[in-house]
Amino acid sequence: MSTALHRPSRRGRRTAGLATGLAVALTVAGCGDSSSGGGEAAAYEPASSDLSATITYGVWDQNQVPVIEQNIAAFNEEFPDVTVNVNVTPYSEYWTKLQTQGSSQTLPDLFWMNGPNFQLYAANDLLEPITEVVEAGDIDPANYPEALNELYTLDDVQYGVPKDFDTIGVWVNTQLFEQAGVELPSGDWTWEDFQATAAEISQKLSGQGVYGAAGGMDGQTTYYNTIFQSGGSVIDGDSSGYDTPETQQGIQFWTDLIASGGSPSMQQLTDTTADQWFVSGKLAMYFGGSWFRSAITDSDLVGTVTALPLPIGEEQATVIHGVSNVVAADSENKQAAQALQVFLAGEEAQRQLGEAGSVIPAYTGTQDAFADSLEGADLQVFLDALDYARPLPVSANTAEWNAAETELLPEAFSGARPVDEVTAELAERMNTALAAE
Amino acid sequence: MSDSVQQQAPAGQAPSSQAPSSPVPRVRAGRGPVGRGGAPGQPESRRRRKRNDGAWPWLFVAPLAAGIVVFYLWPILQTAWYSLTTFGVFGGATFSGLDNYRQLVADAALYRALGNTLLYTAIVLLGIPIAVYLASLLNLPDLRFASFYRVLYFLPYVAMPTAIAMVWRIIYNGDFGVLNYVLGLVGIEGPYWISTPGAAMVAVALVGLWSSLGFSMIVLGAGLKNIPPDLYEAAELDGASRWNQFRSITVPLLTPSISFLLIITVISSFQLFDLLYAILGSTNPTLPRSMSLVYFFYQAGFVQNDKGYAAAIAMVILLIIGVATAVQFRFQRRWVHGG
Repeated sequence: MSTALHRPSRRGRRTAGLATGLAVALTVAGCGDSSSGGGEAAAYEPASSDLSATITYGVWDQNQVPVIEQNIAAFNEEFPDVTVNVNVTPYSEYWTKLQTQGSSQTLPDLFWMNGPNFQLYAANDLLEPITEVVEAGDIDPANYPEALNELYTLDDVQYGVPKDFDTIGVWVNTQLFEQAGVELPSGDWTWEDFQATAAEISQKLSGQGVYGAAGGMDGQTTYYNTIFQSGGSVIDGDSSGYDTPETQQGIQFWTDLIASGGSPSMQQLTDTTADQWFVSGKLAMYFGGSWFRSAITDSDLVGTVTALPLPIGEEQATVIHGVSNVVAADSENKQAAQALQVFLAGEEAQRQLGEAGSVIPAYTGTQDAFADSLEGADLQVFLDALDYARPLPVSANTAEWNAAETELLPEAFSGARPVDEVTAELAERMNTALAAE
Repeated sequence: MSDSVQQQAPAGQAPSSQAPSSPVPRVRAGRGPVGRGGAPGQPESRRRRKRNDGAWPWLFVAPLAAGIVVFYLWPILQTAWYSLTTFGVFGGATFSGLDNYRQLVADAALYRALGNTLLYTAIVLLGIPIAVYLASLLNLPDLRFASFYRVLYFLPYVAMPTAIAMVWRIIYNGDFGVLNYVLGLVGIEGPYWISTPGAAMVAVALVGLWSSLGFSMIVLGAGLKNIPPDLYEAAELDGASRWNQFRSITVPLLTPSISFLLIITVISSFQLFDLLYAILGSTNPTLPRSMSLVYFFYQAGFVQNDKGYAAAIAMVILLIIGVATAVQFRFQRRWVHGG
């Protein structure tokens, strides 16, 4: 589930793995011989209902296991002789494990894939394209948000079928607006409205240590959105978009927000992250993903929170990301794996997923349940955002330039160095990384 | 890495349970008195014993040796080889000579990481004199609740580093942390500990120092028990003060334990990763300025997927720890009592 995409703290558990890091990484990786037979295997053929096989489905979110089991029960009505073993690996270890499995040709038959990792697996021929399944008419990409199809397409070949999605909006604490005596903004607000509202609330409620808004180090929920809104790009073709004036404006947005006192400082946000400020009732507006709903459900803010669309800059934009189901290219039961992939992509399974409520299903028309899933809040904004959503920027080795962003951008946000100087250095680092791919 | 080997060892030793059925005792019995107990006038049997030992000693050490070879030596050799290659994310190493090392010596991050690791090591080493002092206090004959204090000091050592780190992260919080609150009471405005370059590494090292105290004190406590009480009695008769006894008896006779601690502490400090990772967090903007050598390795190998480069970093870490340990062994003869 994409909710876990940016939760670094959970990765802390990987520390245990490092004890054996060296040995494991090298011995295990050494087992793989790099030949893998993707693509050219037997042509796709829809499975018949007497197909008999045992397959593994690799996922990382324990919370979704109950609904996955419902999905599989429905799948088994059609294919009674296919046994599906659901293999749950916590997100913090999921990618390390998957990399090891990829090296030793032991990938699960069907598994979850996210945007930042997708191209790495697709480019190494570890994933089965869905081209033939689409040609056979069993999956129709038109049923899913365009941006998500794009996210899982490499060199014009699509590999993943979108399973769910998330978009970004502004979560609002209405109680703090009341206390500050500031009117709740309307949905069609601009950057200027946002900045002014943030500064005003910070100023009026400074006695309580409350801030109007908050930046952060998470591109997906913060600066990627403003970069798209100012008409910039993170990746443009094969090179970095950070050296364009439009992209620099998208970064400047956060520098201005901190400089005006509308947001806590970068240091404060490192110690206490924006979502923690919001859940503690010390933040009036939070740029957050649709997945943040579950964090509110668990807090005592229920009833005082609602959501607004992101403010509009030069244009309206939000980042969209979602998990997809992919079939391993070297699966021994590819037919069964593809049958399950097709089933999970279908309306019935997607409706089950939507009704379970933990994520927004990707299939158009199955998402209504989400809009009313938080008391007192209209979450329709996250669904409406599909109209102007842009895929999360990724490349073959996303992590490499993500590290450069984490290292350099805070200096721009905090005002320690001029924005254009930082972004120029970042563009250079990123172009080196992209060229190495 | 030692953890994994300790876990593996019992499994590896399983075959030795068959040892009692081996014919060795019979053979030895048949040859009469041999070995250490053997009379000095029997060079012939001694020579024969050497020859006849044959494969048995090897068989007995085999489980342990196999563990070391499989889990230490073989991976080290492989790492050495991979450090000379460009390593694909999903396997497939291509030989690239010394490229990784050339890139590494030119990488400013290496020197920053080395500097940070040395700073951390220096601060954690300060824990040894503190532990010597505390251990000798705990060892005072008239101290009440001694075992209670011992448990208190040892608890941080047995607690999981990640759990400890979580708690300290909250203590260090710049706005809402206990530490800055207490400092505020006495009029000091504390920094944002974990997000200020410089302060961050000191903050992590203080936790490292604190959590290593327990182990050091156990080792030193054992050393203290080995000092004969009559030395203190004699010194007391001669009118030596407590402080002079501590300086002239306790410390010199503890030097073997101190030397051992020094070596262990330096090695474990060079392996700093988990505390740093968990206290600072992976998106901390100060991290590039505060990372340790092992974190640098982790970043290259597991975040950026450059495993050949990571292998080269690992070899450099191995080399540094090897040299540091060799130097300590060499100099310990000069200052360790009876060393």
